[in-house]
Amino acid sequence: MKELRAVEKSEIKDFSHKTKGVFFSRKQLCIPYAVFLLFFVVFPLLLIIYYAFTAINGEFTFENIKCFFVDPDTLEFPSATLICLFNSMLLGLITTALCLVIGYPVAYILSRIKSHRRTILLLLFIMPMWINFVLRAMAMKELLSLIGIYGNNDYLSVVIGMVYDYLPFMILPLYTTLIKMDKSLEEAALDLGANKFEVFTKVTLPLSTAGIVSGISMVFLPSMTCYVISETFSYGNVKIIGKFIEDSFITGSDWNKGSAIALILLVIMFLCTILTGGFSKEENVRGTTL
Amino acid sequence: MKKFLSGLVIALALGFIYAPIILLFIYSFTPSKIIGRWEGFSFELYRQLFTEPKLKNIIVDTVVLALLAATISTVLGTLGAIGIFYNKKWLGKFTKNASQIPVINAEIVTAISLALVFALINMGKSYASLLIGHIVLCTPFVVLSVLPKLKQLDPSLYEAALDLGATPFQALTKVILPEILPGIFSGFMLAITLSLDDYMISAYTKPEEVETISTRVYGALKRDRDNILPALRALSSLIFIIMVIALIAMDFKATRAAKKQKNVVN
Repeated sequence: MKELRAVEKSEIKDFSHKTKGVFFSRKQLCIPYAVFLLFFVVFPLLLIIYYAFTAINGEFTFENIKCFFVDPDTLEFPSATLICLFNSMLLGLITTALCLVIGYPVAYILSRIKSHRRTILLLLFIMPMWINFVLRAMAMKELLSLIGIYGNNDYLSVVIGMVYDYLPFMILPLYTTLIKMDKSLEEAALDLGANKFEVFTKVTLPLSTAGIVSGISMVFLPSMTCYVISETFSYGNVKIIGKFIEDSFITGSDWNKGSAIALILLVIMFLCTILTGGFSKEENVRGTTL
Repeated sequence: MKKFLSGLVIALALGFIYAPIILLFIYSFTPSKIIGRWEGFSFELYRQLFTEPKLKNIIVDTVVLALLAATISTVLGTLGAIGIFYNKKWLGKFTKNASQIPVINAEIVTAISLALVFALINMGKSYASLLIGHIVLCTPFVVLSVLPKLKQLDPSLYEAALDLGATPFQALTKVILPEILPGIFSGFMLAITLSLDDYMISAYTKPEEVETISTRVYGALKRDRDNILPALRALSSLIFIIMVIALIAMDFKATRAAKKQKNVVN
């Protein structure tokens, strides 16, 4: 038996030897993408760090980061930027929570449909994404203005706009997890005497954590930073942190300050990712199931 | 009762999602500048959509950009995914982790970081920078669509092909590629969707003279006096109609398949 294994091993070795060196190997196929990533993803991020820690003349400074926390003119703490960051986080939390509260029942019901219409119903929820999101936002704005919310309540308008835009991104990962779930586990729980509420809280909900986490990560950060929605729905009255970056980059053309804000967002992103373990999971995607 | 409640939830959610789109659809048949004011039924906006040269340019630019970016992303991402899957050393790990960055990063951060690079290498903003921006945005999602298919693949398939005399290149193109084709296709479709929908990356990497639908509409929303905006209602409605037709066709096909299956069982 041992001999046999030894033979097998040597054969495998030979085999790998055979595949090596024949003008290309599949292991090297990622080189073009790796080079591309190095130039256009990793290097740009390093540039942000560089700009965040330098003054306009190129000297090293903590001033930009300090400006984020303490107002440079009035020396007030917290600065307008920091307050804005917290407001954006609050807005992001509200949006994410609403998306989850609406999205979970929808995804759950969809995943439990037994008829052949299930896929088509799911598509109904995804297809609006084919219409340009700025156009859809514009339409929603017009609808809200017809029923008298837009123009009267900026914050509510922005929240509705955000939920409207990000809901499919919440439904999709939730649906993917729920449809993959082994349904016999729920039946087993029922058989073993759990009531329906217990089955949901102790079986279904914990088993769909992965979907919830990826849904949250798809909604939270974008709703904090994508100023297109907040600007459209509040006429610029509800300012989110993404808008501050745009202001310092385009209107103020102060790249160093803008980079400092971007760097702080990057740090937040990394903390969120480490907390949810997102780096190790491939499944947390906007709709790989399409 | 339970069924009724489920139906109600789905209906309400669909109503929320489709109400604005239906509003766009209705007001695509009136030449009025703003939604909410009806100025008589006409196909004027649809006529503009196909005849107004400025409008045609924007639509063509957006679609061509999406097709180009999606094609390049699909090639780059598929090769990348194969490399990531088989290369367990640092190169594979680096590619995998770096590829995750644009997915989880805030789009505005990706966008300004690219703008910084293009300014640094004195490239300025050109069509090339816009295209690169869209490739940065789309490729990670292609990788994420292809990787699961590679995982499902029977590892002995490739080895069997080699044993039977195929070169590694043949084994890759004739055995692995056909198996992961569904993943490649969904990656391509996802890339097109993302590119068509993008505002942030385009806004920071595009040259003055190129406009995508997103940047133009957002610009118009801020200026509030764009004569192109109403015609884009017609465009959205056309996409909406195509979507509905596709869905009905799918439903028809699925219903027939389900019936057939029933007949077979009986």
